Amino acid sequence: MTLHITGAGPHTHTLFTVSRTMQAVIAALTPATGFALYQFGWPAIFLFLVTLLSAWLFEVASLWVARRPIAPFARDGSALLTGWLVAMTLPPYAPWWVGVLGSGIAIVIGKHLFGGLGQNLFNPAMVARAMLVIALPVQMTTWVVPPGLLNGPDLWQGLAITFAGAQEYDAISSASTLSQIQSQLGAGASMAEIAPTLPDLRARLIGLMPGSLGETSTLLILLGGLGLMAMRIISPVIPLSVLGALAVLSGISAALAPGRFAPPMLHLTSGSVMLCAFFIATDYVTSPVTAAGKMVYGIGIGALIFVIRSFGAFPEGVAFAVLLMNACTPLIETYVRPRIFGRTRSGKPLPAPGSPPRGKP
Amino acid sequence: MAFPSLAALLRPSQIFAVRGGVHPEPGKHLTAEAEVLDMPVPPLVRVPLQQHSGAMAEPLVRRDDIVLKGQLIGQARGAMSANIHAPTSGRVIAVGHFTAPHPSNLPIPTITIRSDGEDRWGPRLPRLRPEDANPDEIAAQIERAGIVGLGGAAFPAAVKLNQRRKYALDLLLLNGAECEPYLTCDDRLMREHAEGLVDGAGIMARALGVSRIVIAVEANKPEAIAALRRYKHALGIALSVAVVPTQYPMGSAKHLVLAVTGKETPARARTAELGVLVYNVGTAHAVHLAVRYGEPLISRILTVSGRAIARPANVRVLIGTPVADVIAFCGGLTAEPDRVLLGGPMMGLPIQNLRVPVVKGTCGILALSAAETRASAQMPCIRCGSCVQACPCGLTPFEMNARIHAGDLDGAVKVGLMDCIACGACAYACPSSIPLVQAFDHAKGKLAETQSRKHQQEETRRLAIARQAREAAMAEAKRQAMARRKAEMAARKATEPGAAVAELPPAQAAP
Repeated sequence: MTLHITGAGPHTHTLFTVSRTMQAVIAALTPATGFALYQFGWPAIFLFLVTLLSAWLFEVASLWVARRPIAPFARDGSALLTGWLVAMTLPPYAPWWVGVLGSGIAIVIGKHLFGGLGQNLFNPAMVARAMLVIALPVQMTTWVVPPGLLNGPDLWQGLAITFAGAQEYDAISSASTLSQIQSQLGAGASMAEIAPTLPDLRARLIGLMPGSLGETSTLLILLGGLGLMAMRIISPVIPLSVLGALAVLSGISAALAPGRFAPPMLHLTSGSVMLCAFFIATDYVTSPVTAAGKMVYGIGIGALIFVIRSFGAFPEGVAFAVLLMNACTPLIETYVRPRIFGRTRSGKPLPAPGSPPRGKP
Repeated sequence: MAFPSLAALLRPSQIFAVRGGVHPEPGKHLTAEAEVLDMPVPPLVRVPLQQHSGAMAEPLVRRDDIVLKGQLIGQARGAMSANIHAPTSGRVIAVGHFTAPHPSNLPIPTITIRSDGEDRWGPRLPRLRPEDANPDEIAAQIERAGIVGLGGAAFPAAVKLNQRRKYALDLLLLNGAECEPYLTCDDRLMREHAEGLVDGAGIMARALGVSRIVIAVEANKPEAIAALRRYKHALGIALSVAVVPTQYPMGSAKHLVLAVTGKETPARARTAELGVLVYNVGTAHAVHLAVRYGEPLISRILTVSGRAIARPANVRVLIGTPVADVIAFCGGLTAEPDRVLLGGPMMGLPIQNLRVPVVKGTCGILALSAAETRASAQMPCIRCGSCVQACPCGLTPFEMNARIHAGDLDGAVKVGLMDCIACGACAYACPSSIPLVQAFDHAKGKLAETQSRKHQQEETRRLAIARQAREAAMAEAKRQAMARRKAEMAARKATEPGAAVAELPPAQAAP
């Protein structure tokens, strides 16, 4: 008989693999995505498919150029997930080339220039989002009120909107909640005056408001995130600290200056905070690995989101907050380390029980 | 993926026992309910002279010698070694080399005996009444019987007992955790031989001079726990059974001590420094047999399991029985196994040659199917942190691995490579199937090699310097002797002419 030549153990293995993890994340994103696609109708569906397909093609092309094995990486689902997340950050009626450009930036610049799967310092989807927001301010801020699949543009109109840049369909274009707050605060209005003009809490939770695909159903995103936690794919530390830091900071400032700052509930249910807390900040590759490190990282993101939204030039700060904290991850990992068994936090062996405690006399 | 029940998750002992750890599929149901079978004497036994950590035993027999069961055939050599006895009666047909039961496949000195089928006992060891014996006598008996740790590492038991001289011990901890999946031999031993085991524990406690015995058993063995608790008051000293959470690697000595006593062994120290000595439960039973009945360690219970085995079982086999014979006794293989292991699936050693013998430290023979090993292609690290979460030692395995692959061994040591116990929890949990333990073993081997070379160089340099100093000293001594002689000569010369001068005038004056 022949047996494999194998060395050290273990000789059994967990069922979790990279591709299973990716599949689980995609499954968790599906309800929110499905609902958003239904809400925005055909143009959103086309944009979504174009973005996913192009992400996968960019992945294959990058692997081919880098002369790396294509099959295992093309099948692991990571490129699909990246494309999916890019699509979630796009305005649903954006033209097809915005989706292709987004996936191209994410996969080629965000991922493969750093060395491919597991090597990237920054979250690829957020790299794409940040670059698109800066480079295409018009396309990236043209929002529509979700018409619903059946009441919205039909199949042909949808094709025309996504692929031919058609404008004839008179979608009710409108500002997103956050840009509305920013522009009106800038115009000198107080929060009390702005609040009635915004979508109400129910609309924000369910997703009956303008925004990107991933911004419109806070509740379903939350549900998917809880599912990931239940499957032990993500730890609760990052979502809790992102949401907690944002809620605490906005709560304090709204209490101090209610006219100037949006209340915490508005922060938590608008923009892509939920998507960020559960699906983007929790990206394994770009976040710290220890629980304490995750907490520092999550609090940093939450705080930065608050700062950018309240004081920055952009109405939404998720992408920049995540990228800034991505850059801090190596630093966090250098300083926040688990304590080694039998050693103190500083790495010295624990004092033997018989010997007197070490310290300055 | 089977999720643990909510109640199990919320039990405090589950949450706060030991950091990290993993919960591999137990696979113990295959053999846990099967009573231990006695395997008949095989036609051939191959007894390696190195079955323990330490120095190899010296062979005492030659080809064509007739040996009796229990006869000493290998003499312990040096301070750290163990005796080897004939497992059955028969004729020695070879004293040579045979493949080691180890993945290296290297030949090691082995005595091969063709059994005569009569299994005739020779004279047994003199029995000892432990109640009347002093610690040294008990230790000597354990040493004579060639007992080593039966948990797998095969550390000579008598050598470990010697720690009583160096440390103030107060607790004997018997390790019945059996945290490796599939293995149930300790479970069966505790269920079927609880009385002997407890007696052995009492004997060891007497030899160590400790006042307390704790037997630690994982919560997944309720029958064993109940069986042991029946003998709680059998000894004159305090004996308790500690139930520890089912969690790999609970059976690691230092982690078990932490779970049972709440005390954490300092890095690079022994548990003895905390006053605790840890032995496997099987070792205690072997001590019982050696002291009460004068039986040396010539057989052991092991688990034969895995889905490629026709009839998984626990079997008492003679040391030296070929693995293939044990598998045949259990109905043979039903399918081509993906791997055959000696030991458990987490830390066991894969073997390629099924004719290698069972040795004292072999706690299981597993023939695992591909569905059980779940070997998959290696992917790059995605920094998911599963390894960090799984590590019971608080290490960052992905980081150690990255540094080792970058050739930065010192960097790997800096982040804790030498604190790694090679339990494999990280590699088990890794979703990218990265062979982490292999990388760590490689790095540790490399470091040991550099260390020994460095040591050698330093030694050479030290000797060279010493020699130079010696030569310089000799040269100096010679020079000084010369100088002294010169000075003496000069002095003599000075005095002689001086004397002459002194004498001369009167001499001149005299005449």
